[in-house]
Amino acid sequence: MRIELEKRANPSTFFSVLSPFLALGLTVLAGGIMFALLGKDPISALYSFFVEPLLDVWSLHEIAIKAAPLILIGVGLSVCYRSNNWNIGAEGQFIAGAIAGAIVPVVFHDWHSPLVLPLMLIFGMIGGALYAAIPAFLKAHMNTNEILTSLMLVYIAQLFLDWLVRGPWRSPDAYNFPVTRDFAPEAILPELVSSGRTNLGFAFAIIAAIALWIMMRYTLKGFEITVLGQSERAGRFAGFSSKRMIWFSLLLSGALAGLAGISEVSGTIGKLQPVISPGYGFTAIIVAFLGRLSPLGIIAAGLFLALTYVGGEAVQLTLSVSDKVTRVFQGLLLFFVLSCDTLIQYKIRLVFSRFGQSSEGGAH
Amino acid sequence: MGIIEAILLTVITAATPLVLASMGELVAERTGVLNLGVEGMMVMGAALAFAATQVTGSPYIGILAGIVGGALFSLLFGFLTLTLVTNQVATGLALTILGLGISGQIGEPYLGVSGIKLQPIAIPLLADIPFLGPLLFRQDLIFYLSIGLVVGVNWFLFKTRAGLKIRAIGDNHGSAHALGIHVIRTRYLAVMFGGACAGLAGAQLSLVYTPQWVENMSAGRGWIALALVVFASWRPWRLLAGGYLFGAVSISQLHAQALGLGIPSQFLSALPYIATIVVLILISHNRRMTLVNTPACLGKPFVPDR
Repeated sequence: MRIELEKRANPSTFFSVLSPFLALGLTVLAGGIMFALLGKDPISALYSFFVEPLLDVWSLHEIAIKAAPLILIGVGLSVCYRSNNWNIGAEGQFIAGAIAGAIVPVVFHDWHSPLVLPLMLIFGMIGGALYAAIPAFLKAHMNTNEILTSLMLVYIAQLFLDWLVRGPWRSPDAYNFPVTRDFAPEAILPELVSSGRTNLGFAFAIIAAIALWIMMRYTLKGFEITVLGQSERAGRFAGFSSKRMIWFSLLLSGALAGLAGISEVSGTIGKLQPVISPGYGFTAIIVAFLGRLSPLGIIAAGLFLALTYVGGEAVQLTLSVSDKVTRVFQGLLLFFVLSCDTLIQYKIRLVFSRFGQSSEGGAH
Repeated sequence: MGIIEAILLTVITAATPLVLASMGELVAERTGVLNLGVEGMMVMGAALAFAATQVTGSPYIGILAGIVGGALFSLLFGFLTLTLVTNQVATGLALTILGLGISGQIGEPYLGVSGIKLQPIAIPLLADIPFLGPLLFRQDLIFYLSIGLVVGVNWFLFKTRAGLKIRAIGDNHGSAHALGIHVIRTRYLAVMFGGACAGLAGAQLSLVYTPQWVENMSAGRGWIALALVVFASWRPWRLLAGGYLFGAVSISQLHAQALGLGIPSQFLSALPYIATIVVLILISHNRRMTLVNTPACLGKPFVPDR
């Protein structure tokens, strides 16, 4: 038996709506099998993973807190991926933004002013954008592959942060713990509603997603991104510059990742420490694809992936399974999303082979 | 044993996993498949090799588990990109994310367990040569395999019919298909070969380099291996040289720390990553050179028409 693909004349609208849900269903199914293999009751495990976090206010706030960076980074990445620029170093830009933003409350900790927080956010965005400028410059002017350079910069940023909090920025009164001093109250991102911890970062995420949705849908820039991504040649004939697009998409996604970084540090952690992200920059790649690279879809996808973090913590406590389940879930989800997207462009046929067909190139 | 010998030995140990993983990727890329999942396959190999060694007590079964596990894991990537023609970049990333997750699950019971080190095999007579003997002929099986692999792949790619077909597929899959070459089947085999090599590289990490299981223990080596393939402009001998160059850079941090130069350890740990970026810049800014060497169909999907 083999699988044959037949290209559809037009991309199927039916499957483009259905495919993310199909992928979610398959992931849940595979997750149930995984729990069964680990010797847990799959139904109750899936229930505490996917449903229980939705049932109380505290965990809903946790979901919003974790969705904020995922959405912010994810929408930025969607612009990159649509324009065929493969920034996979958002994790590094997240850290760079956190460090740059933290300059204000850590280095100038004696300065108290309502300007502290806005300055931190601006510094965070600039930090993330500057860090993304490295792969942008290298791709646009040196022809260097951005996938590898942006990823290498993640490791460098992590090590640099580690050095900062153990060395020059270590708090004098933290008993040698590798943390900076706690941010002053005016450097903390305010909470959004009175019922829980959700902070302004979530609002930034929603605003950014809507702004980018408008840009992609109603502006020339959005059209330019799509055209250059689908065919660089066609874009050149239309007078669009792919070099400028490299700069635009990487700086934009870097700035958003930097904003996510400083928002996380200022709103959720309250200081710098050696590890400030449970892999948000990488999970946001999954968010971008699950959201079909569309800003509004990414809001939904970000909330769902945040649920996998919170649900992962829940099953870790209740069923004592490892927190790696979250990672496995996320990886599986991306696999299923990508495979289901094939249905949009192709019809899939199972062919039960007969004599003489084995000489076809598609056999495996 | 002199100090130079000792340093060279550590370089060889650090270079071997890079050479292995990138050699597998080189073959896959020669057929036109860009698999960004090397990091994931490598860390899977490391976890499986360690677990199998702990269960059976034999590191050789561990090696086998790493190879077979890496190859089977890569099949997932193969099915998606080759049969379902998904985007190769995104699918490779998915493989890496999944590999990091699953390997964490497999390795969890073994955290903090001291491993069984793969013992060196001395080759009679050659091992007694002064200086070179202990360096090259008192090594473990995986080192010998890595050298054999370079020689073998070079011969296979440039001296055999099958190698010619592989290069043809990578340069123009449409024409290769028209000539009756099995494009998809060959690519499946190349992807699995890449997975097996990456799995073996992972086994080297958890059985030789640091005989224990540490989460995410591949630490970016899979990505460095990808950069090495570009650095080597898809040629096995250059890849061997590049692997040893990177091995030397990555090990230099340990020696610099031992010397106590007063440079923060984090900066030294960042050296291999910085070196990777620098090397990529040097290699790729000559646009024409890159174009001539890159397999023309690299990363492009192929759906056979009928």
